[in-house]
Amino acid sequence: MVSPETTRPSTDQIRAWLDIVPDPEIPVISLVDLGVIRDVQWVGDTCEITVSPTYSGCPATAVINFEIEAALRRNGVESITLKRQLSPPWTTNWLSDKGRANLEAYGIAPPQAAGGPKHCPQCKSTNLAKVSQFGSTPCKALWRCGDCLEPFDYFKCI
Amino acid sequence: MRDEALFQLLLRLGDNALILGHRVSEWCGHGPYLEEDIALANTALDLVGQAQLWLGLAGEVEGKGRSADNLAYLRDASGFRNLLLVERPNGHFGQTLMRQFLFDAWSLPMLTALGASTDTRVGDIARKAAVETSYHLERSTDLCLRLADGTQKSHDMMQEALDDLWPYTGEMFLGDGVDTVLADDGLAPDPTDLRGAWQKTVQQLADVGTLTLPDGQFAHKGGKTGRHSEHLGYILSDMQFLQRAYPGATW
Repeated sequence: MVSPETTRPSTDQIRAWLDIVPDPEIPVISLVDLGVIRDVQWVGDTCEITVSPTYSGCPATAVINFEIEAALRRNGVESITLKRQLSPPWTTNWLSDKGRANLEAYGIAPPQAAGGPKHCPQCKSTNLAKVSQFGSTPCKALWRCGDCLEPFDYFKCI
Repeated sequence: MRDEALFQLLLRLGDNALILGHRVSEWCGHGPYLEEDIALANTALDLVGQAQLWLGLAGEVEGKGRSADNLAYLRDASGFRNLLLVERPNGHFGQTLMRQFLFDAWSLPMLTALGASTDTRVGDIARKAAVETSYHLERSTDLCLRLADGTQKSHDMMQEALDDLWPYTGEMFLGDGVDTVLADDGLAPDPTDLRGAWQKTVQQLADVGTLTLPDGQFAHKGGKTGRHSEHLGYILSDMQFLQRAYPGATW
């Protein structure tokens, strides 16, 4: 007889599946890169995923939950529960290094503890000015480079 | 009695966020320039998100099976517990920002104190909302300063906005029987204790922005117990129309 432990995928395997699910609004980073997947565990035969929302009103939250379920179902996991965890609140410190590098390559300056972008993601100039505290999504602010004159998104540090 | 007070607290917090969020969302597509239009919409989004968390917990505490949506869309004006300040009309851009600033300057110390609530569910939501609110306060302070310390015309318009909204700020610090129960149980701070922090933030804006704080002590009140200005009815007729006309509609 085969025990459930040997047939069900490992939590590392599940994390790997979620690491190729793109963020619905910033597709160059995965849900794991974003830091919203706080825990993956088996409770009996049910896979329980703990998710922390980024911003309370972020419209992507519902889509993220849907994408998690879809990714697990694609891989044959049928019984899934999603747990919302508000505390500790999600912070940009949870972004992975891979995610930060991908953001920059995509043209979005990654968050910095100092509160503003390190340099222009296009030309690397440090001659920068903030245009608006909010950008195209709740998690971003709008900045402009004073040298190449390109506006760019900055992933807000919270 | 504790649960009834907690329910009232959650309605007050949820309704403040919901009504201010709805008010700010009225700017969507009408902002003075694109970046500000987006910023206003995002601020509204944060607030409506917070309302969803507070009202969701309110429904849970009440235990009658009402969801956040039920509470938002199916109560009449007298059932709302928001401050009169947040239902004030948007007016011009400067008035909207001044209202936001006066609210944010209160909301941040309120949420910070609620982070230590004896109810962990309240604390969890408060700590989450505080992060977003500190960002809102940064923005509303910055823009109010720029306009107040801008041209003579923008300065005068900001002074006028401050004078108009001032009588609606006192309600934030008036406690009632519900607040006493909440403070005694360590669920929420005593509203009067928040005045010091608020006054300091507001005084700072006035000093740097060359504004004069009104010295009037009169405070319009009633929102916390369901007695509202006429403006709330107009907000609700817009916000609740769809669920009233097509009950249970979803997309």
